[in-house]
Amino acid sequence: MKQKTQVADIDRSLYDFRYDEDASDLLASGITPEIIREISEEKGDPEWMRQFRLHSLEIFAKTEMPPWGPPIDGLNLDNIVAYIRPKSRMNTDWNNVPENIKETFERLGIPQAERESLAGVGAQYDSELVYHNVRKEVAESGVVYTDLESAMHDPRFAEMIQTHFMKLVPPTDHKFAALHGAVWSGGSFVYVPAGVRLEIPLQSYFRLNAKGAGQFEHTLIIVEDDAYLHFIEGCSAPKYYEAGLHAGCVELYVGKRATLRYSTIENWSKNMYNLNTKRAVVAEGGRIEWVSGSFGSHVSYLYPMSILNGRGAHAEFTGITFAGAGQNLDTGAKIVHNAPETSSHIDTKSISKSGGISTFRSAVTVAEQAVGSRSSVSCESLMLDSISRSDTVPVMDIRTDQADIGHEAKIGRISDDAVFYLMSRGLDEQSARAMIVSGFADNVSKELPLEYAMEMNNLIRLEMTGSAG
Amino acid sequence: MELLRIDRLAAGIEEKELLHGVSLTVGSGETHILMGPNGAGKSTIGLTLMGSPEYHVTGGKIFFEGEDITEESADRRAKRGIFLSFQNPVEIPGLSLSDFLRNAMEQLSGQRMKLWDFKKQLRAAMDVLQMDPAYADRDLNVGFSGGEKKKAEILQLLMLKPKLAILDETDSGLDVDAVRTVSAGIAAYREQCGGSLLIITHNTKILESLTVDRTHIIADGRITAEGGAELIDEINRSGFEKYTERAI
Repeated sequence: MKQKTQVADIDRSLYDFRYDEDASDLLASGITPEIIREISEEKGDPEWMRQFRLHSLEIFAKTEMPPWGPPIDGLNLDNIVAYIRPKSRMNTDWNNVPENIKETFERLGIPQAERESLAGVGAQYDSELVYHNVRKEVAESGVVYTDLESAMHDPRFAEMIQTHFMKLVPPTDHKFAALHGAVWSGGSFVYVPAGVRLEIPLQSYFRLNAKGAGQFEHTLIIVEDDAYLHFIEGCSAPKYYEAGLHAGCVELYVGKRATLRYSTIENWSKNMYNLNTKRAVVAEGGRIEWVSGSFGSHVSYLYPMSILNGRGAHAEFTGITFAGAGQNLDTGAKIVHNAPETSSHIDTKSISKSGGISTFRSAVTVAEQAVGSRSSVSCESLMLDSISRSDTVPVMDIRTDQADIGHEAKIGRISDDAVFYLMSRGLDEQSARAMIVSGFADNVSKELPLEYAMEMNNLIRLEMTGSAG
Repeated sequence: MELLRIDRLAAGIEEKELLHGVSLTVGSGETHILMGPNGAGKSTIGLTLMGSPEYHVTGGKIFFEGEDITEESADRRAKRGIFLSFQNPVEIPGLSLSDFLRNAMEQLSGQRMKLWDFKKQLRAAMDVLQMDPAYADRDLNVGFSGGEKKKAEILQLLMLKPKLAILDETDSGLDVDAVRTVSAGIAAYREQCGGSLLIITHNTKILESLTVDRTHIIADGRITAEGGAELIDEINRSGFEKYTERAI
């Protein structure tokens, strides 16, 4: 009677299977000019990209580790394998994908999701995309969805990529942006022409299989004026003894009156360092909508940034972070109001359990010229026990008095009264707690595509009950 | 037949004892009234019977259908058929009333419930209580007025069909119409399930449509008087004063 909820580590068998890679596929570990040249050679980079990589490496060498956030001493960059040679060329026919890779994605439900509800799918395995496909009618509308490497060699997009690649997130941004610039591989390029509204989402799935490897995919999306796109990314990796590193980069360009919705559910294994940078720039009357679920990784630094450059541009960020045992997740959002009458809304929930640490960090900047702008930030944290931690670090820099800014933060625990109330109706304690936590996360799951919302609820349920689902 | 028996129950919160040896027996299908001045320990009885972890039993026992449940958790008691209508129902954001109810019904019965059957039952119960069907999709108790919360409690009573319903001040803060509706809900429960009632109240309007089998007066954590329905009338006339001293 009155026993405490037993919570075990999440059953990760769904994600934890893995296949061995051949030693010959791995480049030597560590980050050196030789390795960078080798990657560049291997990928057949144009000259400007080779220069860009080497230049980024110089910046990387000179830049200090980030001075904020959770410790990352456990990450030994000399041991990280930056590039894993692909076993297979990029395919557009699922049947041609090698068997074990195919099985990996099938177990994760990827091709099935494509058949059911997606306009296009990309799947990255370690360093390279192994599969990419877009529905015929989508391709006919002029939408381009391919891997960044192919696009870079396509005369129609080569220049576009050169003028946009790492312009929003320059290698000088921070140490891991520089690293990304040097060793990036794989990722997606999406181009939605003006006026095209893609009603069904595109999805890419990133899977890091190799041990002690890094994944450095680059996602570049350009949504032209009056267009609409919903892009979904999912990430997972099996757990190895050695720590892995994910330092991806996402750059999003949203045109006038265009809308881009960017949904992520991240479930890296719990020894990954997830040092990811995401940024969007939004033109007049455009909208960026981020939906973000962070469940995995050992340490995360993730603060998607929205730069509202045109009058009336709007940014919305809805996120949930769940930090369990051994996890230190530093997540949040940044908004820059650079033009008049821009608006933003940040709504986040974080849950910490079994000693997990969850920190919410937000930065809202309203420039002098951004008169008549509005911003509201709301963050709610739930701590499930007394050994877990939750912190809130909201920063605001407002340079005009003609702006409407609101902030609300709540940190709490599951109330015993609520648990008792539900138990008095016949729910056992674990179910009662799981229902309260699911309810807490409800406004985020509502924003997610259905299968992701279900995955999220399953993750919460598993985390709460420790039972295999 | 005996359904609930409380035997010299002593219980309290933290270090403070609030009940000092309360004994009370409720038979199957009976309606009992528990009355008493503020702070007498009425709500403590309800919450202790339901197994609130906040209240500690320091002496005596609780039996339900002959079995000792004194140490059982609230969900086990609910599964046996005990229900408490809360004086202040808790708000649960993000959990809809209907999802919650269906889940609770499935856990109580141990069986999956067809959505169609559930909806039909829910609609019928909401009709009895004149509840707007839109409430089914609203978050449990969130933003409900006092009256709506009480109706939602009685809705749960009608859906969960317990053997014993403890109603804690279900009529407090309600206007005349709402009292009538809630009374109709309680009457429907009696009719449909034939369950027993232990009604904690200091208002007698809610009792008008019910046949009362036994009345218990509690003061300072002790039962000070017991009798039939006539005791209610006497309390209405002369108040609790003469019952606050004498313990039986």
